[in-house]
Amino acid sequence: MPDIHDEDSYERHPKPGVDRLDFAGEQGMAVEQETLVEPDVVKREQARSLWGDAWRDLRRRPIFLISVLLIVLLVLMAIFPWAFTDANPRKADLVHDYLKRPDWTDFFGAGWFGYDAQGRSIYARVVYGARASITVGIVVTVGVTLLGGLTGMVAGYFGGAVDAVISRIIDIFFGIPLLLGALVLLNGFASRTVWAVVFALVVLGWTQIARVMRGAVLTVKQSDYVVAGRALGAGTGRLMFRHILPNAVAPVIVVATIALGGYIATEATLSFLGIGLQEPTISWGIDISSAQKVIRTAPYVMFFPAAALSITVLAFIMMGDAVRDALDPKLR
Amino acid sequence: MGSYVLRRVLQMIPVFFGTTFLIFVMVYTLPGDPVVALFGDKAADPSVVANIKHTYYLDQPLWKQYLHYMGNLFQGDFGTSFTGRPVADIMADAFPVTIRLALLAFAFEIVVGLAFGVVSGLKRGSIADTLVLVLTLVVISIPVFVLAYIAQTVFATNLGWTTPTVQDSYDLTQLVLPAVVLASLSLAFVARLTRTSIGENLRADYIRTATAKGLPRRTIITRHLLRNSLIPVITFLGTDLGALMGGAIVTEGIFNVQGIGNVLYRAINQKEGPTVVGIVTVLVIIYLVASLLVDLLYAVLDPRIRYA
Amino acid sequence: MGTAAQTTERERGAPYEGPLLDVRDLHVEFVTRDGVAKAVNGVNYSVSAGETLAVLGESGSGKSVTAQAIMGILDMPPARIPRGEIRFRGQDMLKMGKEERRRIRGGRIAMIFQDALSSLNPVLSVGFQLSEMFRAHRGASRKEAKAKAVELMDRVRIPAAKDRVNDYPHQFSGGMRQRIMIAMALALEPDLIIADEPTTALDVTVQAQVMDLLAELQAEFHMGLILITHDLGVVADVADKIAVMYAGRIVETAPVHDLYARPAHPYTRGLLDSIPRLDQKGQELYAIKGLPPNLLRIPPGCAFNPRCPRAQDVCRAEVPELFPVTEEDGTPQEGRGSACFFWKETLHDR
Repeated sequence: MPDIHDEDSYERHPKPGVDRLDFAGEQGMAVEQETLVEPDVVKREQARSLWGDAWRDLRRRPIFLISVLLIVLLVLMAIFPWAFTDANPRKADLVHDYLKRPDWTDFFGAGWFGYDAQGRSIYARVVYGARASITVGIVVTVGVTLLGGLTGMVAGYFGGAVDAVISRIIDIFFGIPLLLGALVLLNGFASRTVWAVVFALVVLGWTQIARVMRGAVLTVKQSDYVVAGRALGAGTGRLMFRHILPNAVAPVIVVATIALGGYIATEATLSFLGIGLQEPTISWGIDISSAQKVIRTAPYVMFFPAAALSITVLAFIMMGDAVRDALDPKLR
Repeated sequence: MGSYVLRRVLQMIPVFFGTTFLIFVMVYTLPGDPVVALFGDKAADPSVVANIKHTYYLDQPLWKQYLHYMGNLFQGDFGTSFTGRPVADIMADAFPVTIRLALLAFAFEIVVGLAFGVVSGLKRGSIADTLVLVLTLVVISIPVFVLAYIAQTVFATNLGWTTPTVQDSYDLTQLVLPAVVLASLSLAFVARLTRTSIGENLRADYIRTATAKGLPRRTIITRHLLRNSLIPVITFLGTDLGALMGGAIVTEGIFNVQGIGNVLYRAINQKEGPTVVGIVTVLVIIYLVASLLVDLLYAVLDPRIRYA
Repeated sequence: MGTAAQTTERERGAPYEGPLLDVRDLHVEFVTRDGVAKAVNGVNYSVSAGETLAVLGESGSGKSVTAQAIMGILDMPPARIPRGEIRFRGQDMLKMGKEERRRIRGGRIAMIFQDALSSLNPVLSVGFQLSEMFRAHRGASRKEAKAKAVELMDRVRIPAAKDRVNDYPHQFSGGMRQRIMIAMALALEPDLIIADEPTTALDVTVQAQVMDLLAELQAEFHMGLILITHDLGVVADVADKIAVMYAGRIVETAPVHDLYARPAHPYTRGLLDSIPRLDQKGQELYAIKGLPPNLLRIPPGCAFNPRCPRAQDVCRAEVPELFPVTEEDGTPQEGRGSACFFWKETLHDR
C-alpha cells in the first residue's frame, strides 16, 4: 500500500507511456490488483525490495522462527557436540549398559535416552550424529547450488545450441534416481567418508537446481531491465552476475532449502542400507539400521535417532516452505 | 501435435544412451575386481580370471564394452550374471512383483494425494486443510525406512492386520502395506502440489470470468479449475513412477518383498555388474517412457504446448 | 437470433420504469492481517437502460471493487459488505439467494474484464467458453450452443468465425480476444454490461475499434453500460454521465460534457489538468502531488485533503457530502454533484 509520504517510491518506478492519471505508477496498480486478490499485501507501507519484504514477512511467522531456532541448535550440536553432553558416544559398556532403558531422571545425562545393544549412550550418539547429517546436508546443498546454478545459468543465458546440449546432459543425469545412482556410485568407494557421500549426492543431485535456475534465467532474461542493460552495452559477465543472477536466485534458494532436508534423509537412507557412511563415523542412519535387530525388545534404540533425523529434516523443510511463501506471495 | 511428439521422441534418444552409458561407467569403473571377489577368500587362478573376464568382455575398453552391451540389448539379451544366470531371467522373476507394488503405490498416491490436495486447496485455512498440511509435512520429514518400521510395528505387530514381512510376494493383499509406505512420500508431495496449484488457479482471472458468467460452482471447479490445476501435478506424477521403482529398494528390503529392489540391492553389494546395469537400464527405460507419456498428456491438456 | 431474442424478452418480464441498477450507500471492506481496508465507503450511482455511466478513478479508488460487488464476484471473506443496497430493477441483490444471484450473473448483468488473455481459460477453446453461457443458463445442447457461439463471434466481427470457433485464446490477437470477451458478455443479451477497463490492455488503434463495437452493440440492445476506466479520453465519446471516485467515494458526478468543461471538484480538476494537450506544448505537465491514500488509514475529513491545493481546516475535520452543484445564480444543474466544501470556488474559478 503506497504511503502518502513515500513519494520517492513512485519516482523510482517511472512508467513511460502510461496515462498521466495513473500517476500512482506501479505501486498504485499493485494495490488495486492485490487488494482484490490478496488483501494481505495491503500491509505494505513502503516500497521495499523483494528481500526486505520477505524478511519482514518471515520475522512474523512462528513456523519460520521455530525452524530457524531448531537449525541453529542442530548446527551448534554439529560443531560443539561436547557442549551438549559429557558422555562419550563411542564408549561401549556391554556389561553394565546393554540395552538399558531410558532414564528420565538422568536429565541431559548419558542415560537419558537409554543405551543401545553395544552399551553406548543413545543420547550421546544422537548429539554426535548431528555432525554427519548437517555436514552432508549443508555441503551437498552448497555443491549442487554452485554446480547446478552455474550450468543452469549458462544454459538459460546463452540458449540455442549451448542450451540444447546442457539440457540433454541435465536430462541424462535426471534419468537416474538419486538413491539408486548414489548406491551404485558409493559402492565403488573403498572407504565411505562424509566427503564420499557428499560427492555422490552432488554429482547426482545438481540437475534439479540446474532446471530451476535455467527456467528462472529464461524468465528474467525477457524482462525490460535486462533488455535495457544489453541495449546499453553491458557485457556478458556484468549482465549475468549483476542483472540476471540477483533476480533469478530466489527460486533457487527456495528449492535448495527444501532439498537440503531431502539430502539429509538420503544420506541417512544410504547409511541405513549400509552403503553410506561407515563406522566409526557416527550417523543417525547407521544407528537406526543397527537398531533394527532389537526393535521388538528395545524400540527406544531406534526411536531417538529416528526422531532426531525427522526433526532435522522437518526443520529444513519448514524453513524452506516459509522462505518460499515469503518470497513468492502468489503461492500463499 | 505430430511434430511435438516427434521432437520429444528424438530428444529421448540421446538421453537414453547417455543415461545408460553413465550407469555403465559408474558400475564398471568401480574399484575392486568383481571377478576376483567372486572367488571370495579362495585364491583365484589368474588364467581362470582372465578367461572369465574375456567371456564377459571385461578385458575390453569401456566404450567397446558398452557398444557390445547395447548391441546385445537391442536383440533382447541383457547379458549373463556372474553366477551364470541370464539377467533377463532374473528380471523376469522380480520385475512383475515390483511393478505390482509400484502400480499399487501409484494408484494410492493418485487417489489419496489428489483427494487430499483438492480438499485442502479448495478449503484453505479450514481444519481439513491444516490437517492435510501437518500430516504431509510429517510424512515428508520422516524418512521412508523409519516410516516402514512404524507401519510394521503399528499395523502388523500391534494391530495384527497383516504380517510384518511379506510371505508371498505375488499376493496383492500382502503388498498393500509396503505399497502404502512406498507411496507415502510422493503422496505428500502430490497433495501439497495440488493444493498449491489449486490455490494459485483459484485466484486466476479466468476463474473470476467463469464466476461472472454465472456458471454453477461445480462446473467452475470441475471444468475450469481442476483441469488447469492438475497440469503441474501430472508432470510430477510422470517422473514419479520411476522414482517409486527406485524407492522400492528400501521398502522391499524392509518388508522382504522379492522384487527388483531386493535383487538390485544384493547385486550392488556383490558388485554384480551385469545385473545392476540390466536392472537400472530397464528402470531408465520405464522412466523415459513415463515422462514421454506425461509430455503427451500435457500437450493434450494444454493447447499452448500443443500449438507451440 | 430470433429465438434467443424471444427468450430474453420473456425473461426480462414487464418493462421496468425506474433505473436498471441503483447502488445505494454501498460499503465494501477487506479484512486483512493489519486491519480493515475500506475499499468502498458509501457509493451511490444508478444506470438506466440505454445509458452509459463512466466510473473514473485511479487504481485503488474502489471503482473495480464496486463493480465486483455488483456482479457478486467478490471473495467473501476477505471482503465483506457491511452496508448498502444494490438494486437491480428494484430488487436488492444483496438480499437474494446464491442461486438467484448466479442466474443474474452472466444472464442479466454481464462483465467484461481488462486483460482478455488471462481472463479467458487458456485450456478451453473460445467456442467452448462462449457456448458455456447457453449451456449453463439456457440448457442448450452442445451443438446448439456451438452454433450460437459462431453466431456471436460473427456478431463481434471476428473474421472466419466458423473456422476459428475451436481455436484457443492464445491463438488470437489482443483485439480479437477482447471481442470474444464482449461476445461472451453479450451472449444472453443482458440488461446491463459492466466493462472494467475494457481497452486498457490494447493498442490505441484497436482501442477505438473495440470501444465503437461496444457502443454500437449497447445501442442495438438498449443495454445499460457501466464503463470503468482511468482514461479520460475513452470516456468522452461514449459516456452519458460520469462518476469520479476517490478513496472509495464518489467525489463528483456530472453529465460528461459539463464535467470536462467545468469540473466542480479539485480532484477532477487535477485529473483534467494532467492530460497532455497540444496547446500546452512546451509547458510542464501538471501532476497531482502525492499518492492515493492507504485504505487502511484513510485521512480524516475529505480523503483528498493531503493532496488538495484548496484544503482548509474544515476539509481535515469533516467528510463532505455530495453537494448538489448549481449555477452562480442558484439554478440547479441537472445530475451534478460534488463532494467538496469549496465546489463553488472550484467551479467558478475558471
